Amino acid sequence: MLEVNSLTKSYGKLVAVTGISFRADRGETIGLLGPNGAGKTTTVSIIAGLLNPDSGEVLIEGKQVRSDTDPVKLKIGLVPQDMALYEQLSARDNLIFFAALYSLAGATAKQAIDDALNLVALSDRAGDKVKTFSGGMKRRLNLAAALLHDPQILLLDEPTVGVDPQSRNAIFDNLETLKKRGKTLIYTTHYMEEAERLCDRIVIIDHGKMIANDTLQGLHKLLPVTNVVAIELDHTNGFKPEQMQTLPEVKSAMLEENTLRIGVHDLTRGAPVVLRWLAENGHSYHDISSEQPNLETVFLTLTGRSLRDSK
Amino acid sequence: MIPFLALVRKDLKLFFNDRRAVVVGLVAPIVLASFFGYLFGGQGGDAETSKVPVLVIDQDGSDISRGLIAQLGSDKNLDVKPSTLDATREAVRKGKATAAIVIPKDFGKDAGHALFTGAGKPELGLLYDPSHNVELGMVKGILSGAVMQAVSKEMFTGKSGREVVDESIAQVENNPRLSAKDRKVLRDLLGSVKELSQRQDERRDEERDRGGASGQSELSGGLTMPYETREEAITSGRDVAYNGYAHSFGGMAIQFILFMGLDVGIALLMLRQSGLWQRLRAAPLSRTMLLGSRTLSASLMAGFILLIMFSFARVVFGVRILGSFPGFVLVCVAFSLMTAAFGLMIAALGETVEATRGYSIMATLIMVMLGGAWVPTFVFPAWLRKLAVVVPTRWAMDGLDGMTWRGLGFSSALAPIGVLLLFTLLFGVVAVMRFRWSAD
Repeated sequence: MLEVNSLTKSYGKLVAVTGISFRADRGETIGLLGPNGAGKTTTVSIIAGLLNPDSGEVLIEGKQVRSDTDPVKLKIGLVPQDMALYEQLSARDNLIFFAALYSLAGATAKQAIDDALNLVALSDRAGDKVKTFSGGMKRRLNLAAALLHDPQILLLDEPTVGVDPQSRNAIFDNLETLKKRGKTLIYTTHYMEEAERLCDRIVIIDHGKMIANDTLQGLHKLLPVTNVVAIELDHTNGFKPEQMQTLPEVKSAMLEENTLRIGVHDLTRGAPVVLRWLAENGHSYHDISSEQPNLETVFLTLTGRSLRDSK
Repeated sequence: MIPFLALVRKDLKLFFNDRRAVVVGLVAPIVLASFFGYLFGGQGGDAETSKVPVLVIDQDGSDISRGLIAQLGSDKNLDVKPSTLDATREAVRKGKATAAIVIPKDFGKDAGHALFTGAGKPELGLLYDPSHNVELGMVKGILSGAVMQAVSKEMFTGKSGREVVDESIAQVENNPRLSAKDRKVLRDLLGSVKELSQRQDERRDEERDRGGASGQSELSGGLTMPYETREEAITSGRDVAYNGYAHSFGGMAIQFILFMGLDVGIALLMLRQSGLWQRLRAAPLSRTMLLGSRTLSASLMAGFILLIMFSFARVVFGVRILGSFPGFVLVCVAFSLMTAAFGLMIAALGETVEATRGYSIMATLIMVMLGGAWVPTFVFPAWLRKLAVVVPTRWAMDGLDGMTWRGLGFSSALAPIGVLLLFTLLFGVVAVMRFRWSAD
């Protein structure tokens, strides 16, 4: 359905992306995961035909987008990261306009608009001006606008930025429905929970480079640990997690606020060693639990940095 | 065609949806055009114009000085008031009076002598506000006529005039440089003047005895300007009065439409930095369609503003298209297209919204000013009038003036239309060549 081969794009001396390659089949959801500025939006922009790559190619059903009016573009629906709506117009007027951009008019357009509004549960607000909508409603309408021409591939550039958890869940439900309908979704995010929930395969990008491309299970196999011990410290004054990596049982250590996450191979042997070291070095704690490693751990392992703190 | 029409319809919808902006965008130019139209002649120039405030200090107190003040006071262009020297300087400095005339002591006597001999001319003091040079020229002209009339009247008909004549005869008799023949001629001339003056007195007395009103004769008013002017404003035809509102409405329409074009450019610049631009570029739309639709919608908005403004001017101020109507329409169309292309060029050349807004406002104001939209170009110095030829607004003004109050035919509209379309092409080519299609 979609093939991305060795994409490279630079702005002067700044390399935005280099060597990005992946493929997505019908009904598959690919997550482009990486911190802000990693090159996710540049990749999506090249796929959508907004930017020309310096090298590499994008094939949609085996064809490249050759011009502004290439019919291949009809197979793509773009949900930009920035809200792409006219605030002064009603939701329906927005959708009428966006449908017309794809030469949809009359009954065909009306049906497409009604379907899209139903999917995002905004039918009852269709006549209201967008400026009266909440952030979550705007995000849903932003999604609906990309569906009108029934594209096979949907490019979603951080579609949940700035929305409340309830609206985020609503958008996830919409996307899962689309996935069930056989749409191919390319989903960029820096939230690992989103990627874990939605994506069949995850492409991890950092500093413009692809550092992993696998299923969630496949990515977990890259980890040197199979368990994580999460310890809630009473205080973190002067605590440096890298000190713990001198212990042979500890494979990774990360501190987020007061939560210390230690990666170990064997929980029964590793946990007591860790707790003893904390007691011997004067670090008290009030809670301890075990976790399965997640994408955050994967990113940390692959880049040496936290996903959300990376720049 | 569906996407093109949708793009145009969307632009128009956004324009008309902002009703407050539409109303302000129409009310402001109408108010300004009404004001400027009133200032520059209104509907035929029969409205009373403001008088020039002039103070007079009479240090002479003679019949001539009093006659001079009366003469000045009777002029419809002047508002003459007596004053003192100190108060006058203060009034002129503060701008309360445009000019002040100081009539020195013995002015009447000296002016009478000077009238016949040309020697010993007295000086009239003229204090003026340097910011009113144009009015000063008018005051000097009126003063010259009034002085001639007041002095000659007294010389030919007044008692003091006869005394001056007697003194002049005595001077002639005692002037050794005059030949006997010249002396006789001058003596006879001055004697005739004196006799004429006496006859005027006798006739006045007779009239008074008969109960007549004035006893005026042909000479009793003194020397006057030996001509009168017949003024005729050359407009579209005889008996068609000049309507200043035609020019001011054209000028203000041009100014505000250019600002509208500027807004279109800025909006496009902002659009390029938004998700909407990505969505438009992701759709299978050609660049020609994206820019062409914007050109058409901006042109329609400009045409709408012109329609409303000239309709208002027609209904309220009687502005009429006295020339070629098709010419008028095509000038409007050409100017609207030029404005749209100007807006696209702004969007193409602009880097940031703030900087672009700044320099494009400056460019617009310069175009409006040099185009004669504020004041007619004839008040410009010659070099500036030549420079204005390269400003598209000047051609738009020429076209609108020509087709409205000047009442010119279609052929006169061809040059403005052609030049405006050339500017449209120029701006359009620059816009297409410099437009950055990639999303920012």
